[in-house]
Amino acid sequence: MRFRDVEHLFRLAAIFLAGTLVFVVAKAEMRPKDFGKDGHYRPAAVDEIRARAISYAGQTACADCHSDVVDLRAQARHKAVACESCHGPLATHATAMSDGTEAAKPVRPDGRTLCVRCHAAKTGKPKRYPIVDIKEHAGDENCLSCHKPHDPRIS
Amino acid sequence: MDRREFIMVGGKMLFMTAATAAALEHVMAGTPEKVDTYKAAEHWWALLIDVEKCIGCGSCVRACKTENDVINEPFYFRTWVERYHIEATDAEHPIVDSPNGAYDGFPEAYEEGKGKTFFVPKMCNHCADSPCTQVCPVGATFITPDGVVLIDKDYCVGCRYCVQACPYGCRYIDPRTHTADKCTLCYHRITKGLVPACVEVCPTGSRQLADLKNPSDPIHEFLRTHAIQVLKPQMATGSKIYYNGLDGAVR
Repeated sequence: MRFRDVEHLFRLAAIFLAGTLVFVVAKAEMRPKDFGKDGHYRPAAVDEIRARAISYAGQTACADCHSDVVDLRAQARHKAVACESCHGPLATHATAMSDGTEAAKPVRPDGRTLCVRCHAAKTGKPKRYPIVDIKEHAGDENCLSCHKPHDPRIS
Repeated sequence: MDRREFIMVGGKMLFMTAATAAALEHVMAGTPEKVDTYKAAEHWWALLIDVEKCIGCGSCVRACKTENDVINEPFYFRTWVERYHIEATDAEHPIVDSPNGAYDGFPEAYEEGKGKTFFVPKMCNHCADSPCTQVCPVGATFITPDGVVLIDKDYCVGCRYCVQACPYGCRYIDPRTHTADKCTLCYHRITKGLVPACVEVCPTGSRQLADLKNPSDPIHEFLRTHAIQVLKPQMATGSKIYYNGLDGAVR
């Protein structure tokens, strides 16, 4: 008579066991087999992130075809500036060119927007970095009417 | 030729034909079968930021958003640039601004000659002992064998714990997926032998990708010969974004 309430414990134990079983089965079913191979994560996630397509083709891809511009820039002040820094992301252009399909022609950047972005006089720019007061230097003139962006020095 | 031999030879031929057919398909299509030559264990990625070269043009911010399809609104940045202004006698209270993360560069401000002003590019520090990966309850964020902290978007439950844990404020919740997002160091690029988009477009070479496991990488020489600092060294995060010429006032 004294231990009749022990039934409650058995019931509780049964529920707990069932719960554990569900957990174990669900984990075995739903967790990828290689989870935890390199750490506490799903290794396939790394491949998924790597599979992302690029937008910027990279300097070597540009130089493969446009060696004339590379040569022109070799002696110029802008030699260390990557092509896509001014011309924008052109991976589609580069792949289309190497596939032989018709490639979208890149848009020529507007000098007045582009040059100003880096060379406008502003506080905080490094001491030796070439800057100009745009209004005083050029008025409303477009930078490109005097400077050639690939070799900006006026000769 | 007995039956066993016949089956062996026949089987081999059948197998060979399939392999040859597969190879021929690639030859005909003109695409060499892609072999993954990237070995994660042979790299340990880091990034060098030269504060003294940064002109605050915001090219990195724009390139990052394009390359990684980051939502083009304020507050969602994988990398951004801050402008610090410090009055000469009050180094403890720098004035910091970053309008739209410097996506459009910086407007004019601060009188020349009063105090100092400089730009500090910021991004995920890809910490070796990162707080964000330690707090993730589901194993959705982790550090790869080559030292890049990544997010598994399929596993992320969007609990925001990592956003709070990051001492550098580098994470945000992508409003489209409701999962955590941040800089991947352009993992899809560096594993192909390219540099991250921000490094690619930086016109002054303020950002440099570095592989600490590559003995011929110029980073080793640079780290030896320059005064290098990481952000919040007191947090012991093992940050791998090395800053050259960083002012002590930068947080």
